Amino acid sequence: MTAALLEVEGLTKRFGGLVANQDVSFRVAAGEIVGLIGPNGAGKTTVFNAVAGFFAPTSGAIWLDGRSVAGKPPERMAALGVARTFQIVRVFRTMTVLENAMVGAMLRHRAVAEAARRGRDALGFVGLAARAAEPAGRLTAAEQKRLEVARALATEPKLLLLDEVMAGLTPSEVQGAVELVRRVRARGIACVVVEHVMEGIMPVADRLIVLERGRTIAEGPPAEIARDPAVVAAYLGETYHAPGA
Amino acid sequence: MSRRARWVAAALALVFALVFPFVFTRPTWQNTAILMLMTAELGVAWNLLGGMAGQVSLGHAAFFGTGAYVSSLLSIHLGISPWLGMLAGGAAAALLSVLIGFPCFRLKGHYFAMATIAVGEIVQAVVNGSESVGAAVGLYLPLEEKGFWGFVFNRSKLPYHYIALGLLMAALFVSWLVNRSHVGYYLRAIKDEPDAARSVGVSLRRYKLYAIALSSFLTAMGGTLYAQKELFIDPGSTLSTSLSIKIALAAILGGVGTLAGPVVGAVLLTGIEEASRIVFGGTGQGTDLVVYGLLIVLIAVYQPSGIMGLLGRPS
Repeated sequence: MTAALLEVEGLTKRFGGLVANQDVSFRVAAGEIVGLIGPNGAGKTTVFNAVAGFFAPTSGAIWLDGRSVAGKPPERMAALGVARTFQIVRVFRTMTVLENAMVGAMLRHRAVAEAARRGRDALGFVGLAARAAEPAGRLTAAEQKRLEVARALATEPKLLLLDEVMAGLTPSEVQGAVELVRRVRARGIACVVVEHVMEGIMPVADRLIVLERGRTIAEGPPAEIARDPAVVAAYLGETYHAPGA
Repeated sequence: MSRRARWVAAALALVFALVFPFVFTRPTWQNTAILMLMTAELGVAWNLLGGMAGQVSLGHAAFFGTGAYVSSLLSIHLGISPWLGMLAGGAAAALLSVLIGFPCFRLKGHYFAMATIAVGEIVQAVVNGSESVGAAVGLYLPLEEKGFWGFVFNRSKLPYHYIALGLLMAALFVSWLVNRSHVGYYLRAIKDEPDAARSVGVSLRRYKLYAIALSSFLTAMGGTLYAQKELFIDPGSTLSTSLSIKIALAAILGGVGTLAGPVVGAVLLTGIEEASRIVFGGTGQGTDLVVYGLLIVLIAVYQPSGIMGLLGRPS
C-alpha cells in the first residue's frame, strides 16, 4: 500500500457521555478526493475537527505524512498543510474579500505585497476576483463559501477539508462547486469532503466513507456505496440512484 | 472620505496642533490641548489591543501607572533621566501585560474585559498598600529644571505640548506600521473570527500578546509624560479604573479599529470633560463619571462604530 497522506486510526471522540466518533479509521492518499457522508449527527464534522486540530481525540491516532499529529492545535495543523472550511461560514466579515484570502496566504508569505498577489490568485481560482475590494460580509452565502475555499487554498495545503460547501446551493451552483473540487484536485491537493448533496459528491469522490452514529458503516467507490443496502437503509433511502448504478 | 481627503485632514490637524499654543495663549486652553493630546495617545495605544484585536481592556490604567511609577522611582532614587525611565516603564508595562495576557487571553469577550478590571484593581490595591512606592499618599517628583534630559519644564508648558504631540505621532506611526503589516491583518482576523484565524495558522495567543505588549508599552510612555507634567502621582490619578474606562472610551467614542478614531474621540471626550468641570464646578470627580456613563449609553444605542463610523468607510 502506498504511504497515505492522512491516516486516521481508531478515532474516538466523546463529549461527556456522548460518543461523537467511535473507532473511525480511514486513509486519504495524496491527491485523492474522499467523501464523508452520513445522516445529521453521524459525527462527520467531529472527524473534521479532530483532523484540523480543533478537538483532541479522546483516543486513536492521526498521522499526516507519517507523523503523528493527534492533539496538535489548528494553527499547527495549518502550518503542516491541513486547511479547512466551516460548515457555518466564518469569513472575516469586516475585512475585504481580498484581505480574507491574504490572511490565508500570509501563513507562508508574510510580506503583504506577496500575500496580496497570492490572495488574488486564489480569488481568481474560485471566481471571486471581481469582488476583491468588497467587504466579505456583503457576499452571498454561496460566495462566502467560495471565499472560504480561496482562503484555505491560499495557505497552500496538501489536504483540504471541505465542510458542506454545497449545502444550500442551486443545482447550477452545485455544478460549479463540483468543477471547483475537480480543479483543486488537479493542483495535487487531496480533499476530504463532508457533503449531504449527493449530486455534488458522487461525481467527484474517488471513495466514500459513510458514518452513522459515530461509526463507519461502509467505505468504497461511490457506485458501490450507492448500492450498499446498509447505506441505503441508514442514509440514502430508496430515492437516490447513482448515475449508472 | 477618500484616501486623499483623509491625508489632507490629517495634515491639517497636525498643523493645527503644531501652531495651537501660539494662537491660543491662555494657560487653560494650553493645558486642555495637552490633556487632549495625552488622552489621544492613550486612546491610540489602547486601540492596538481593543480596537484592532478586539480585546477590550478595562485595566489599562495598570500600564499607565506602571509607566508613571517606574520612571518616577528611577528618577527619585537613582537620578535616572525620565526619558530613559519612560523606556524602562514601557518595558516593565509590556512585561506585566504579557504576564497578565497569558492567563487572561484564555477568556473571551466580556470575560476578558472583566478580568482586566480585576487586574487593574489589584495593581491599584498593591500600590496603595506599598510604603516603598508612597502608598496612598503618592510620590512627589524633583522640581528643579535640569535641561531637556531632566524632563521638567516649569517656565512654560510648551515643551509638554510638543512632547505629548510627538508621543501621539509615535503611537500613530506604530499603529500605522502594525496595521499594514501581517500582524495587523492577523489582529483584525482574530477580532472577526478567531476560529477561522486559527484554521489558517494564526496563533491567537501569540498575536494577542504582541498587541497587548505594544499597547501597554505605549500606554506606559503616556504615564511617564503625565508624571513629569504633574510632578506628583498617586494611585488615584494614575491607576484608577475610571482612568481605564476613560482610555477605552476615547477609542470607542471615536471609532474602534480606525487610526484616527481614538484621536477624534479623545479630543471630544476631553473637551466635554473640561466643559463639565467649568459648568459643574471644580471637583469634577462625580460629573465626569456621569458624562462617561451617558456617552457609553449613547454610543451603544446610536453609533456603535463611533464618530469615524459617521464619516463612512473606516480605515
